[in-house]
Formats: sequence, C-alpha cells, structure tokens
Amino acid sequence: MQLLLAILSGVLFAAGVFLILRRSLMRLVLGLIFIGHAANLVIFTAGGLKGAAPAIVAEGARQLEQPYADPLPQALILTAIVISFGLFAFFLVLIKRTYQASGLDDLDELDGRKG
Amino acid sequence: MQFLTIILLLFAVAAAAPVVVRFTRDWSGWLLALFPAGLFVWGITRLPDVAAAPLLERVAWIPSLGVSLSFRFDGLSALFFLLITGIGALVVIYAGGYLKGAPRLGRFHAFLFLFMAAMLGLVLSDNLIALFVFWELTSITSFLLIGYNHESVESRRSALQALLVTGAGGLALLAGLILIAAAAGGTFEFSELLQRAEQVHASPLYTPALFLVLLGAFTKSAQAPFHFWLPGAMAAPAPVSAYLHSATMVKAGVYLLARMTPLLGGSAEWHYLVTFAGAATMLVGALMAFAQTDLKRLLAYSTVSALGMLVLLIGIGTDLAAKAMLVFLVVHSLYKGALFMVAGSVDHEAGTRDVRRLGGLLRVLPFTGAAAILAALSMTGFPPLLGFIGKELMYEAKLQAPAAALLLLASGVLANAANIAVALIVGIRPFLAARERRPAGVHEGGIAFWIGPLLMGSMGLLFGLFPDVLGEVLIEPAAAAVRATQLDVDLALWHGVNLVFLLSVFTVVLGVLLFALRRLARRFAGRVRWPALLTPTGLYHGAVGSLPGAAAATTRLMQNGSLRSYLVTVIVAVLILLARALLSLPAFPVEWTLEGVALYEYGLVLLIIAATVLVLVARTRLVAVAGLGVIGFGVSLIFIFYSAPDLAITQILVETLTVIIFVLVVARLPQLRKRSSFFTRLRDGTIALASGAVVTALALLAAEVQFRPSISGFFAENSLAQGFGRNVVNVILVDFRALDTLGEITVIAVAAFGVYALLKLRRTEDEIPDDLSASDEGKEEST
Repeated sequence: MQLLLAILSGVLFAAGVFLILRRSLMRLVLGLIFIGHAANLVIFTAGGLKGAAPAIVAEGARQLEQPYADPLPQALILTAIVISFGLFAFFLVLIKRTYQASGLDDLDELDGRKG
Repeated sequence: MQFLTIILLLFAVAAAAPVVVRFTRDWSGWLLALFPAGLFVWGITRLPDVAAAPLLERVAWIPSLGVSLSFRFDGLSALFFLLITGIGALVVIYAGGYLKGAPRLGRFHAFLFLFMAAMLGLVLSDNLIALFVFWELTSITSFLLIGYNHESVESRRSALQALLVTGAGGLALLAGLILIAAAAGGTFEFSELLQRAEQVHASPLYTPALFLVLLGAFTKSAQAPFHFWLPGAMAAPAPVSAYLHSATMVKAGVYLLARMTPLLGGSAEWHYLVTFAGAATMLVGALMAFAQTDLKRLLAYSTVSALGMLVLLIGIGTDLAAKAMLVFLVVHSLYKGALFMVAGSVDHEAGTRDVRRLGGLLRVLPFTGAAAILAALSMTGFPPLLGFIGKELMYEAKLQAPAAALLLLASGVLANAANIAVALIVGIRPFLAARERRPAGVHEGGIAFWIGPLLMGSMGLLFGLFPDVLGEVLIEPAAAAVRATQLDVDLALWHGVNLVFLLSVFTVVLGVLLFALRRLARRFAGRVRWPALLTPTGLYHGAVGSLPGAAAATTRLMQNGSLRSYLVTVIVAVLILLARALLSLPAFPVEWTLEGVALYEYGLVLLIIAATVLVLVARTRLVAVAGLGVIGFGVSLIFIFYSAPDLAITQILVETLTVIIFVLVVARLPQLRKRSSFFTRLRDGTIALASGAVVTALALLAAEVQFRPSISGFFAENSLAQGFGRNVVNVILVDFRALDTLGEITVIAVAAFGVYALLKLRRTEDEIPDDLSASDEGKEEST
C-alpha cells in the first residue's frame, strides 16, 4: 500500500503543479488544494502505515502499547489540514473580490499582459 | 605590535584631521605632516635591524580562516615605507598650501591619511589576505581622493574609472592569492610561503594563480592595456597626483611583483608575461606622453612609461635588473613627485597647464623653477644626478638580459629618449625659454609650495653625488628581499667611457632631437583617430555603457512580474536539485511491491486518481468542485484505513466546508475555459509529471530514512501520565505542542478576519452609484 500511496501523492502533486501553472485564478486555488493533499499523504506515508491501531491509550493501560500508528505525523497533518483550509478560504474570497473589482480571473490579464 | 600601532595611528590621524584643520587652518598641513615625518625618521632608525633579518609581527585576526594581521619589515618594505612616509609628509605640507582655504580641506586630509595608512598596511603585510584588504583599501581611498572635486563630472567619472579598473584587478588578485595558498597547502603567511616556493611552482594551480596575480598587479600599476585609468586620474588635485602617481598607488603593483618574485618568479610564463607587459607599457606610455601639451597629462603618460620600465626590469629577473629596478624606483618617485607638485604650482599661479602658453617662469618662480630643473635633469638621466645612475644600471641590466637583449635595449633607448623630451617640455622649457610667453602676475605661492619639490629635487642630486649611502642602506636590503639572497650593491656615479655610457649619450641626443620635433608629433597625434572599440578607453566605456542595458535585460528576464514564470523557475530548480540527489543514489533502497494491497484500496486510489483527472479536464466549475470533493473524502477514507481517526474527522469537516464555500463563491466566477496554447500545456505537463515522479520517489525514500531517533515513543509513554489524555494525537496538539496550536489558531483567526474584511468591503462598494461601478474602476486601473 505504501507504493500505491506514494504514487497517489505523486499524481496529486503533478495535478497540483499543472493547475497552479494555469492562468485561471480558480485553477490556481484548486492546484493549491491538490498540493496540500499530496503533502499530507507524503507525510502520512513516510510515517509508516499501520492498520487498525489508532494512537489511543486503551482503558486501564498507563501508556500506549505496541503496535500503534505513529501519532507525531498525524499531529503535523492535522495542523496542516486546518491551516490550508484557512489559506483556501482567504484565497477564495480574495479571488472573488478581484473578480468583482476587475472583472478578470486571468493572471496574465491582471498583469496587463494580454486582453 | 609596533606596525599595527603605526597603521592604527594613521587611521586615528585621519579621523582627527577635520578637527585639526578646523582649529589650525593654515598651519594644519605643517602640523599633520609631523606624523608621516616622524614615521619616516622612525623608519630610518630601524634600518640597521632590517639589514640583519626581517622584523616579523603577528596579531591574530580571524584565526579560523588563517587570516592574521601579520607584518613583515624587510628591505623592500623598508624602502617603500620610507618613500610613502617621506613623500607623504611633503605632500601633506604641499596640500596645505595648494588647497589653502578650500572648504573641504579637512576631508581631504582625512582621505589622504586613510590612503597613507592603507598603503603602509599593504607594503608591511605578511599575510596575503591582509595584503589584499589593504590593497582594496588603497583602491577605495584613491577613489575618494581622485573624486575630491566631486562637483565636476570629469572628476567623478575618472574616479569611478580608476576604482573599476583597479577594483576588478583586485578581485583577480584575491582569487590568485587564494590559489597560491591552496597550492602551498593552506597558509596565507608570506614568510611561510617563501619556504614552499618549489611546491607552488610544481602545483597545477601555479599558472592560473600567476595569471590572476599579474592581472591584479598590471591593473594597479597601469600596465598596457589597463594604462588608461592613470591619465584619467589627472582630474585629481595636484597633491593627489603627486602622491598617487609617484611613490604610492601605481607603485603598489610594482611592489606586489617585486614581493612575489621569490615566490612566483623564475618561470618562463612569469618571465615572458612580465617582460612583455612592461616593454609594451614603456613604449606606449613614452610615445603617448610625447604628443601631449597638458603638463599633468605629459607627466601621467611618462609615469605609465616609467611603470613599464620597472615592470620590464622585474621581468628580466637578474640580480642586476633587480638592482636597477630599485634604484630607478627611487629616482622616479623623487623626480615624479617633484614634477607633479611643480605642475600644480604652475597651474595654481599661472592658471594654465598648457605648455604652449608657458615660458620664462624661472625669474618669477625661482624656487619652484630650481626644483623643476633638478627633477627634470634627473629624469633625463643627466650626470651627476641619481637619474644618470638609474639609467646606466637599466641599460646594463638590459644588455645582460638572458633573452632578446638587443630588442629590449633598443625599445629602452627609444622610450628613454621620449621621456627626455617630456622632461625638457615639462621641467626645462617653461622655466628657461620663451620669456615672452610668461603669463602675467605669477609669483611664488609660499614655502609650502616649493619646499617639497625642492627637497625631492635636491635628494636626486645628493644621492647622485653620494650613491654609496643609498646603495648600502636602502637598495642592498631591498634587493636581498627581491632576490631572496644576499646581494652586494655598489653604486657609483662614474663608470668610465663604455658602451653603456655611449648609449646614454646617444639617448640624450635622440631625446633632444625628439624635443625639437615635438610640434610635428602633436600635429600627427591630433590627426590620428582610432576607432573607439580598438582603444582600451573605448572598450572600457563600451563595457560600462552597456551595463545598464544588460542589467535591464536581466531584470526583464528574471523579474518579469509573471507569477507563473517565477513558479516555473522555482519548481524546475528544486526539481533539478532533487533529481540530481536521487539519481546519485547507488540503488533505490525501496522494494517495489504491491503485495497485500486489498481490492478496496485499489478501488479507492483509482477513484481519487479518476477524480483528479476529472478536475483537470473539467469545463464547468461545478464538475471541478465535485471532483475536488471526491478527492477530499477519498483521502479521509485513507486516513480511516490507516488508524488516523482524528485526521479523517477533520478532513471530512474541512472538505464539507470547502465544497460548500466553493459552491457559494464559484457561482459568481466565470466558467473555466482553455486559455493556454498547446505548447504551454505540454511544457507545464512535463514539469508537472516530473515533479510528481520526484514526489513519489521522495515519499518512498522518506519512509526508509531516519536521521534522528523518533520522539513518538515519548508521546506514547507520557500522554496519559503527563497530559492526562488517552488520545495521543490530541494530547500532542493541545498539551505537548500547545504553543504550535495557538499559532495555528492565530493564523486561522487572521484568515477569518481577512475574509470578513474582504466581504465587508464589497458591501460598502455596493452603495456606490451604478455608473461608477467597481468593475469599471478596476478595469481602468489594470490597463
């Protein structure tokens, strides 16, 4: 499964890179979300995959017993998910405002290059 | 610490100079001159010690880099030390008279003393890096001195030209010095390098090091084709020219070559490069000088010629040549310093430097005139002046040169003859002949104006009459330092009528002949127009002139304002670096196995990939958002399968919100459409696929790499005991790493404020009347 997830991260990252290189602002947002997913999956995969062993101390135990899924990458990813959601929300509103103000959703046209 | 103290003292004097000038006004020159004069006397008292062995001193500066402020006071350093302080004292006195009442005299003296300190540091340094630092300091301070009249465009331009040429050479020198140290096994101390000269010669780094060091020395000492900055630097006030172009700045390159002779000299490359550069410069300078009419330009080009002679003698590389070089160094410093001051005085009094408008000045400028005549006679090499001994030695050295002796001798005679003509034009004719051209109202400007030139001129006579003193006390230890062996220097005025003497006589005759033909030469030089790009000056101006254009082109290329081209640059650069690291691995340390993957897992991954493709090809906004939702929920499922319930919960929540917000906002955005050309899409697709491949490889590799022991065990053990929580991920976030979470919450809060502010902004603009609607306004701004 590790290989499969690695490939999936690669696919998501490639799609993200392709999208952020587009002229449409909307696609730029989509690309950022893709890259976020890819990064999360890379961290998740790199932390080692363990099925059915959440990092929760069992009732009555003093501490986590082996086997357990590594809690550290999960904590990192949790932060990343929330932060990228904040980024996404702000960016989306920014695009909306830009479009409202200029009638443009095209990076090149916003630069005054074309159109 | 004595040498460091001397240099620091001069820096302190530089700092104090403006105050001294403010309080002592007209006497400031005399007062400030006490410092270099005192150092001169101190230097003389140290000479007996130097004759025995060089004085060494080391003060740690940057020990970790092998850079120290170490000083070496041997014969060569002592000779330069005395020239710099001795002529320095006279220049300071002269400047006090010449710039009397000038509004920036204080600043001028500050620059002058800074320069003097840098120059002394340069000739005293034993550490190559310290030497380089002082070398660059002389470039910078000479920039300040040459550009003293900063209101004048000409002055600023020539200061910049001198700085750029010598600064570029300085960079080459730094590279060369580092290569020398590398070739010798890491030391920057000259005293230690001297023991390893053979090792340096044998190293493959020798040739590049030699080229770079020579480049530094040639630019500094105005060797052809870098000679053009020196005549340009004539825009400086006369005291600056008298100092920089007689004994100091331009001699720094000569000093470096002499200093490096025991270390780098002796090879065929050294011999041919140095000799050729010197010979070419000697001829170019002499012939160009001869056709000038401006006193200072005449002197400037003849300085170029003299520098060529010195370099040529270093290139010949025999004991006799070293002796001749050192004697001529003293000769030239004395007469050139004197003549530059004389030229300044004449300019100051008569208001012109054009030799065609000067004459009969001896009667009105008796002391200056006497100084000029003494210096000019020394320059022509007339007995019994020191210049005569210098020239005889030079001819002798060329006669005994190991190769091309006749050629060197012939070019030497020609250059000397041209210099004799220059000496007659500058030092003799304005004072003795053509009285009817004497400008009106000329009179001596005071003792400060003539004491310096007269002293230097008399020194030429004195040393000519008693050459033994000079030879034994100064030249012998200096020659020992250049040749790295004890030499016996026996100077004498009269050698009898021999070949060299006949050559001297012939040179003088030829010089007088050239003097008579000077008008013809001027007319000829006035007619010849070189194509601009064939002259060094033209090349320099072309290069400097093209800089703004090149900078603009680079900026257009690198900073074109397009976000996407920046992204492409960043992504491709990172890709190349990562790919290089990945490809350099001997074997990929991960097994490519899909064993044990359940069918539903295949299905899930394929579903996400299909949704990704859907987003990529989507033409309507809603399809794209739907695809995005599928991906988000698919990733949540992966989190669930692999024991990350908290991640899954958060992801589902965020994904739901994302899709809702998207749908709400997207309705107001235009539909997606194809906008890029096929080529652009192909390029971006290639970059995207390559980055995806690298990320896949990294994800696989990262699982195998563990640089530090994992800290997860700590959390697992202490979650309940210290954090009082059973869900370890939660305890990490709200307890162990609570500050991080606080930061995260802050970010979200800031983003929320931003969203709120942007949405609120819209509401106020809605109240604006329709004909001034927001979109029209924005369109105007964007065009």
